[in-house]
Amino acid sequence: MLNHAEASEKFIEDAERTTWHDETLWFVRSKRDKVSKLLPEWEALREQASLIKDHTLANLGQYLEEFESNAQKNGIKVHWAKDAQEHNEIVLSIISKHGGKALVKSKSMLTEECHLNDYLTKKGVEVVDTDLGERIVQFRNEVPSHIVLPAIHLKKEDVGETFHEFLGTPKGNKDPQFLTEAARQHLRGYFLGANVAITGVNFAVAETGEFVVCTNEGNADMGAHLAKVHIACMGIEKMIPKRKDLGVFLRLLARSATGQLITTYSSHFAKPREGQEMHIVLVDNGRTRQLARDEFRNSLKCIRCAACFNTCPVYRRSGGHSYHQPVAGPIGSILAPNFDKSANVDLPFASTLCGSCSNVCPVKINIHEQLWFWRQDLMKDGLAPLGKSLSMKGMAFVFSNPTIFKMAGYMGRLVMRFAPFIVNNSLNPWFKQREMPEAPKESFQSWYKNRK
Amino acid sequence: MRVALFVPCYVDQFYPQVAIASLELLEKLGIEVHVPSNQTCCGQPMANSGFASSTEGCDTNFFKNFEGFDYIVGPTGSCILHLKEHHPSEKIRNSVYEICEFLVDVLKVKSLSANFPHKIGLHQSCHGQRGLRLSSMTELNEAPFSKLAQLLDLVNGVEYVYPERADECCGFGGTFCVTEEAVSVRMGQDRVESHLKNEIEFIVGGDTSCLMHMEGILKRQGSKVQVKHIVEILNHA
Repeated sequence: MLNHAEASEKFIEDAERTTWHDETLWFVRSKRDKVSKLLPEWEALREQASLIKDHTLANLGQYLEEFESNAQKNGIKVHWAKDAQEHNEIVLSIISKHGGKALVKSKSMLTEECHLNDYLTKKGVEVVDTDLGERIVQFRNEVPSHIVLPAIHLKKEDVGETFHEFLGTPKGNKDPQFLTEAARQHLRGYFLGANVAITGVNFAVAETGEFVVCTNEGNADMGAHLAKVHIACMGIEKMIPKRKDLGVFLRLLARSATGQLITTYSSHFAKPREGQEMHIVLVDNGRTRQLARDEFRNSLKCIRCAACFNTCPVYRRSGGHSYHQPVAGPIGSILAPNFDKSANVDLPFASTLCGSCSNVCPVKINIHEQLWFWRQDLMKDGLAPLGKSLSMKGMAFVFSNPTIFKMAGYMGRLVMRFAPFIVNNSLNPWFKQREMPEAPKESFQSWYKNRK
Repeated sequence: MRVALFVPCYVDQFYPQVAIASLELLEKLGIEVHVPSNQTCCGQPMANSGFASSTEGCDTNFFKNFEGFDYIVGPTGSCILHLKEHHPSEKIRNSVYEICEFLVDVLKVKSLSANFPHKIGLHQSCHGQRGLRLSSMTELNEAPFSKLAQLLDLVNGVEYVYPERADECCGFGGTFCVTEEAVSVRMGQDRVESHLKNEIEFIVGGDTSCLMHMEGILKRQGSKVQVKHIVEILNHA
């Protein structure tokens, strides 16, 4: 597997596509800027959302139990999964009872995190992602590159090719409306035939035992309303205390995500309809571990709006797949080390720490500070390559000793002035696409000494 | 008021003109400036690479050089931010100032005898802007302000313009510039391009490291546009 720097380099090789990717996502960020500035109370809303989430996380156990009890009163079956494996087994056991061979799914990053599709496919169940972007990447055997715009790494020409291959649309047709209609017709059959529909959850309301799913395409609703069984899968951090809190979060979510005032559908699921079975799977999968870490706890406030993706100058130029994780971008980079430190050691370093992510975050997660904390944590665990540890130790030594620093600086400038080929070569990653700074003949300190 | 000039390691070695301009500018404003001679580095390159645990020697050396001063003033937002956030001594954390911040907030400078009849692109470096809040940020719903622009307004003849995406990062990012070379360079190229669209003669900013990165790209492209630290403009007679 390529690390972030290697995968980014490959992505950037296609300069034109990189420009397009960057500009497309910047357009989304600009829309977000525009609508957020129409609300004089925008910063107060962010603060309010942040406080509600802080409070909820500080009392998470209590709210989860309140939710469970209210959901059960509403006739929803509640399941608890400690990890991805348990989550997948629970989902399979529900499906098995109903004898379905195909199910429809919408709007769930959690099932990506748990690799549910792979698991069910191996067990002989066909999983059909019904949201357009997800369906496109599913056809291509890829994973989403963005949590809100899963196929944003693809252009309409790519989609036309994919649909030609899988849906038999005419070769070369890249008309978005035509292709979307083809996907609709294709999915209609699955909606009508599926016994089981899986959806994600945006917010679970402890007070009422209901959950809310926010979508633009309406596939979650179509799936859940047609199927005999609705399974909603959610991470335990999706909890909010009261229904009225939605007045804060729904306003923030769509504006932050796409610059819309509200998502097209904000569907409340409170109880199963007559003859329907409704299940909810509450998944930990490392969340309580993160909850116990002071520095990283508030990463669990995330409402998955992806504003941090759209604003991130690195993400826009490296593409979501360079993060090799279901959740990419800045938020993914602080969530991923919680799952596997050594596999994700590159991600907290895939940032200039510019801080734009923390500024757009609707729940005020200090993302760029957590990136910094993860860097410390991972290096302390000895996950640095040997060369890096040595050079850091060397640097620390030089900077601790003013005399050695002056000598090293003097020698360095001497080399750059009289033997520039020692640094101006392909072994120096700075020099590959940039000139080195010109070495002056004396340092400031030596100038200053002579000035007196 | 005991004022010390903090000259970051790479400014000392590669951009002495930035330190000289800082010193002269402060002196012109009537400040007696001390320059501790055994200063080296703020420790940021190690800390941002995940080795904050190795900066003890660096921190101690910084403390020894600067503990006796009321104000420690430096011409780089990034190093100052690091010290403000991570130096173990509270005294140090509370005494460090980025030079524009010092001029505006402490000295409350209302006039300068500077002259710079050129069109410049103002580059707002992230750590100064977002970290030290030297200016408003486009992500937030807040009233616009900029301490850098406030100072440039006191310079005769200068015309400053912002690039499209006024506060996008240039991609330097410390060791990021070599560990993530491809992204870093691409970000820098994009930043330089949006400045050049404004037909400017100089790219000017408050952080020498960002300027060094963009300078490297400009030179590789054979561009005649130069980079300058804002103190070089404020000190320009």
